[in-house]
Amino acid sequence: MKKHLVGKTLLFVFFTIICAIILVPFYAITIGAFKPGKELVRQGLNLSFDLSVMSFDNFAFLFTGDHAYFTWFFNSLLLTVVQVVFTLLVSATVAYGFSAYEFKGKNFLFICVLLIMMVPFEILLLPLYTLTFNLGMMNSYSAIILPGIANAATIFFFRQYLRGIPKEIIAAGRVDGANEYSIYIRLILPIMKPSFAAMAILNGMNSWNNILWPFMVISDAGKYTLPIGLKTLLTPYGNNYDLLIVGSFFSILPILALFLAFQKYFIDGMTAGAVKG
Amino acid sequence: MIKKFLYSQKVAPYVFVLPFIAVFAIFWAYPLASSVEMSFQHTMLGQEAEWIGFDNYTKLMSDGVFLKAVTNSVVYMALTLVILIPLPMLFAVLINNKFMWGREFFKSTFFFPALTSVVVAGTIFRLMFGEMEGSLINSFLGLFGIEPVKFLKGQVTGFVALLALASWRWIGVNMLYFLSGLKSIPDEYYEAASIDGASSFQKFTMITMPLLKPTTVYVVTISIYAGLAMFIESMMLWNGNNSPKNIGLTIVGYLYRQGIEKNDLGYAAAVGIVLLLIAMIINITQLIFTGTFKKED
Repeated sequence: MKKHLVGKTLLFVFFTIICAIILVPFYAITIGAFKPGKELVRQGLNLSFDLSVMSFDNFAFLFTGDHAYFTWFFNSLLLTVVQVVFTLLVSATVAYGFSAYEFKGKNFLFICVLLIMMVPFEILLLPLYTLTFNLGMMNSYSAIILPGIANAATIFFFRQYLRGIPKEIIAAGRVDGANEYSIYIRLILPIMKPSFAAMAILNGMNSWNNILWPFMVISDAGKYTLPIGLKTLLTPYGNNYDLLIVGSFFSILPILALFLAFQKYFIDGMTAGAVKG
Repeated sequence: MIKKFLYSQKVAPYVFVLPFIAVFAIFWAYPLASSVEMSFQHTMLGQEAEWIGFDNYTKLMSDGVFLKAVTNSVVYMALTLVILIPLPMLFAVLINNKFMWGREFFKSTFFFPALTSVVVAGTIFRLMFGEMEGSLINSFLGLFGIEPVKFLKGQVTGFVALLALASWRWIGVNMLYFLSGLKSIPDEYYEAASIDGASSFQKFTMITMPLLKPTTVYVVTISIYAGLAMFIESMMLWNGNNSPKNIGLTIVGYLYRQGIEKNDLGYAAAVGIVLLLIAMIINITQLIFTGTFKKED
């Protein structure tokens, strides 16, 4: 037993050290949010808890200052909610089509789902950019939402989940005279509810943090999302650290609060892909 | 009549998967095909394209900056694999130990960095790896009497910052992948091994490693793509797509530079196709090497 106690303590100490290292950047930005931008330009981010330079000035500026931070914040919130709702509904519907029926071309189409996951999105940046330009969709959120609305990873996850639902439910629905669509909407969607949480979190997190594609299609400052807005505070001519650090700090808070409340779903959503089919 | 047609069991599945077919055709197959087409053209946004055969590709092969970008991306990808496969696997095995205190707390902490966006994480790391004497890493090195390092001005030190950022963000996520893989290994295997007198190390190499293989292959596959396609991390650390002597330039960064900044779409498309080929070759080799294709039967 004594040997176990030593091992237990060693493990605990080991993970405490690793986790302390992981938390260092969070500590640094939290402290940084209370320091003036000048100080950050001079010192960078560090661990010194120097009350003589720290104040709530940045927070006062964040909430009352003349800047577009909360426009970006609410743009991001709106885009995230709309994107998650549409992506989940469309992807779940597609997944149901794949799991409930046998039809010609099904295997070919499912290989297409896998193909999407096999090609890095970045390769499509330029043709998607010209396509968006030609369709006149520049500067619109639909240019961000539409390409990912039938999300391959989400379809894949829902299809796995639907495998566990007995086919008898569908057959019983047909016997009762329900048509194919009301079987899906009335019988299947309610059963799928638990799987929505994990996918909502995964897609929501990706959407909230997404930068590359939105950055390319959105140039109207009034439509900037939070990551784009924060990025514009960094320019080759000088950086607006007063707002950048406190704004970055504040942008982590909502997602951290959600994580602490719905931890299980975050972990289910993130590890969904690794579950073997 | 139309209603009856749409409601039949033969047609319904196509209605269900229609959104996927549309998205696949419009936003994937068409762009990919036009990317291939563009790579054989000299083309700019809003201008008539001109066919130039393999010129873009031959130009790429002698383009020193492009070769630098490829080297950077491949080295970055390889180093992320070296760090982000064994360490998370080890952490997962240790944290899964039944004598572990505070497991849930540690798991959550490991996951925190994955919640931050690249923009926020990049900003934090840029300032932590600042060249000033007072920045976090330099003040730490100062404790050992080491002079302040200009991290983002040197090739090796720049990569240290990039890898620190990647490790910080992904170590917890990869650990969770391995943890979910570990869950599927039955306890009986370990009990039987204990009875046979196997050591902890033997159990790890004879049971854990082989049975974690599907998870490992998955994590390696996505890490190869993520590593080769890295761009925003570099853009955040160097505050733009220009790093001194291109030490932080990646393939996607070069694609962006040629396509968006210089509007040379054809040349940029060729960069994208080369990236796709590199990614496919490395991943298919990896999947053959790990026997993933064979297992299907």
